[in-house]
Amino acid sequence: MRARVFVTLKPSVFDPQGRTIAESLHSMGYVGISDVRQGKYFELELDAPSADQARELASDVASRVLANPVIESYRIEIG
Amino acid sequence: MKFAVIVFPGSNCDHDAYHATKHVLGQDAEFVWHKDTTLKGADVVILPGGFSYGDYLRTGAIAQFSPVMTAVREFAGSGGPILGICNGFQVLCEAKLLPGALLRNKDLKFHCEHVGVRVEQTSTPFTNRASAGQVLKLPIAHGEGNYFADQVTLEQLESSGRVIFRYCDNGGRIADEANPNGSLNGIAGICNDRRNVVGLMPHPERACESALGSEDGLVLFDSVVASLASSGALMA
Repeated sequence: MRARVFVTLKPSVFDPQGRTIAESLHSMGYVGISDVRQGKYFELELDAPSADQARELASDVASRVLANPVIESYRIEIG
Repeated sequence: MKFAVIVFPGSNCDHDAYHATKHVLGQDAEFVWHKDTTLKGADVVILPGGFSYGDYLRTGAIAQFSPVMTAVREFAGSGGPILGICNGFQVLCEAKLLPGALLRNKDLKFHCEHVGVRVEQTSTPFTNRASAGQVLKLPIAHGEGNYFADQVTLEQLESSGRVIFRYCDNGGRIADEANPNGSLNGIAGICNDRRNVVGLMPHPERACESALGSEDGLVLFDSVVASLASSGALMA
């Protein structure tokens, strides 16, 4: 089973890389892009008997390792 | 007195810390590999700068799970003095031995320069020989030194005197222009609640000899020697 983990900086944390990308897009002439936030994406291949257990395992890994809860939050998709 | 310098794969200031403590300070010092499970009887632990595990995932994120960190946590819990320098500071934050996190520098640039660092508190084992308000000239070399903590944590740090170092100009003034990385409140270093674990982004170990442009970093190491001497640890 595959878990997809999306890690993003919390809204309260300034993201200078995202800001720089947004400014670059603006200088390229793109309009209608008010902001960019950069994050990380992980794919976990899991041996889990059910989607619920896969989610539980992925959540454990995400909260302990993949994301730093001081600055980041995460979202998980299973399947 | 014995210093343990922890070596992670990717540490690159371990020899600087060893040189400063062994050859400049004249104390016993020993490298401790990250897979070791003891601190070899050390009285002081230094987590050096560098790029442990290539900064993969986040700076210091993988190093926190190294086998040696169990011994480091126990040492911290028993009140032993620990100094985290640069990447070592990042490791201590990831390991939750210090609060907060180090983010990418606000201007996205790697800063390699000497900066002014004001000593805010002298009531730690690494600053007891300094004077409050003293301005140290120390080198920095980091891309991710932008100290962040949530508002509640930040207020706790400030109200309990746990901000130990702040970036400042030559006159000791705290200003945005003197803040190289966007750290909240100009924070360059902090300590834990018990005050025995100190982390900072600047490199005091690279500022212990005049040939290197500054001897101002020596006061941190002199302090911990004095601290342990007065506590009787040297008698052991």
